[in-house]
Amino acid sequence: MTAMLEVKNIEVAYGKIVAVKDVSLTVNQGEIVTLIGSNGAGKSTTLRTISGLLKPRKGEITFKGERIDGKPGHTIVSAGICQSPEGRRIFPRMSARENLELGAFLRNDKAGVAADMERVLDLFPHLRERIEQRAGTMSGGEQQMLAVSRALMGAPSLLLLDEPSMGLAPILVEAIFDTIVKIREQGTTILLIEQNAMVALEVADRAYVMESGEVKMSGKASDLKKDEAITKAYLGGH
Amino acid sequence: MAKSAEMQKFKGTPGQIRRQRIERTGAIVISLVLAAWILVNLLKSPQQVAQVAVLGLRNGLLYALIALGYTLVYGIIELINFAHGDLFMLSAIFSSYFITVWFKQDESNPAGWLTFISALFAVMAFGAVINVLIERLAYRRLRNAPRLAPLITAVGMSFLLNFIGLKWNGSTPRQWPSVIPNNDIYIGEVRINMTTILLLLVGVPLLLALNFIVTNTKSGKAMRATAQDKQAAALMGINVNKTIAFTFAIGGAMAGAAGLLYQQSIGTTNYNLGFQLGLIAFTSAVLGGIGNLWGAVVGALLIGLVQGLNDGLPIAFGQQWSQTVVFAILITILVFKPAGLLGKVTTEKV
Repeated sequence: MTAMLEVKNIEVAYGKIVAVKDVSLTVNQGEIVTLIGSNGAGKSTTLRTISGLLKPRKGEITFKGERIDGKPGHTIVSAGICQSPEGRRIFPRMSARENLELGAFLRNDKAGVAADMERVLDLFPHLRERIEQRAGTMSGGEQQMLAVSRALMGAPSLLLLDEPSMGLAPILVEAIFDTIVKIREQGTTILLIEQNAMVALEVADRAYVMESGEVKMSGKASDLKKDEAITKAYLGGH
Repeated sequence: MAKSAEMQKFKGTPGQIRRQRIERTGAIVISLVLAAWILVNLLKSPQQVAQVAVLGLRNGLLYALIALGYTLVYGIIELINFAHGDLFMLSAIFSSYFITVWFKQDESNPAGWLTFISALFAVMAFGAVINVLIERLAYRRLRNAPRLAPLITAVGMSFLLNFIGLKWNGSTPRQWPSVIPNNDIYIGEVRINMTTILLLLVGVPLLLALNFIVTNTKSGKAMRATAQDKQAAALMGINVNKTIAFTFAIGGAMAGAAGLLYQQSIGTTNYNLGFQLGLIAFTSAVLGGIGNLWGAVVGALLIGLVQGLNDGLPIAFGQQWSQTVVFAILITILVFKPAGLLGKVTTEKV
């Protein structure tokens, strides 16, 4: 396996507050990797840095062998990394269709975009019925599906998902995670942030555990699931 | 019974219901007063009403071109760009120099018309470049600063442009020859001069082109996405800085065109032109609902119309009250309907 994304010793700060320090992680082609940890552990900050919304103060990020740290967000999308951000961040005053079209903003292959539109609507059949609805009037679950679909419309080779299960009913959480597995089967590598560590470890190959801005532990998801310290700290203990 | 009927008409908390009722009553009272006023004048001299309405709408179209620059910029970065009126003023002076001083055209003939057309392109480019430079040099650095900082910077920019205008134009109003034909067209007894027709011929296609850009092109889509959520737009691969610069460019181009049309139809330039017309255009944008493109156009036409009627009708406050009337409208709208006529209160942020 080859490393697709390599994050090396990055440090990210908001003003004087250091949110992420000395974080390193790798994502290999074809994997689902999850980043778990409690609120404020620095997971979203890490993802936002990979997407170029934040610049690291130290360290480097390489994607497919090229440095991407410090580059503006739109160039990172064109390199093949799309993110479904925390809090969904769909465009509320546009229809679901327009949101999906914006996900494919940088693509010029009309046929490919149309095919991908069909593909995401097959993944989330519920969206098909709501396609002309204003996104701001959709329910939380629908908006989440829209956010994931919108990221997929960019035809990313690496998909970043920030808390795709946040605020969703258990049955929808299951549906979303089934879809995440399907997306990987269709050939997209995934880096996933989850607070719901149990579910995340279920679908992921490998996991990193973050705490107070640092990676405390990492390993195969199946091993971490058995680890007592992890289950105590993040899975509610047994 | 009465109460339940009312509950059906207005929805929301008691406070909201009260507000809606005040808005509704206010709208009815204002419309009635306006209708009565126009009716009285119509009875007295119908032809004069039509005549001043044409003039008012002509000015309204000019205000619309300027108001769009305010509303576009506000829509995308929530900044009231106070320098925008002064950009219009500089464009008017630029047009005067372009046509009269540099190309030495002072009468209506084919050479003059050709110069007018080149001046239109030149002044639109001029407005676009200056506006993009302002954004690049001043506002971009302050994008994440507290709101007051870019606002004060915009006021500073306004002064800067004002003094450039003072230096360029001189401190007194200057008269310029027009290259527009001087003849009139009559519809019934209503006189429509060539400059009005020219304003329609240039202004309306510009508005339609702008609407097309915003609703149907990729850049327009990027603008709308950036206006709604800059970070999410960046995650779509949209170059946010470029999109904001593009918005300033088309706003500036509109102000440029307005400058030329004003200069050629009114024939006078003055360094403080931007302050007067800028404020009126800003009022138009607020009246229509700032951030809303068609709102700005509707607001501008309404302001132009009311101002025209007030200035020219036999029973009215008269020209010396012109500005008072415009700003009374601004205050009324801010008190009773701050979101504007076509604007919506933004409540969708979670």
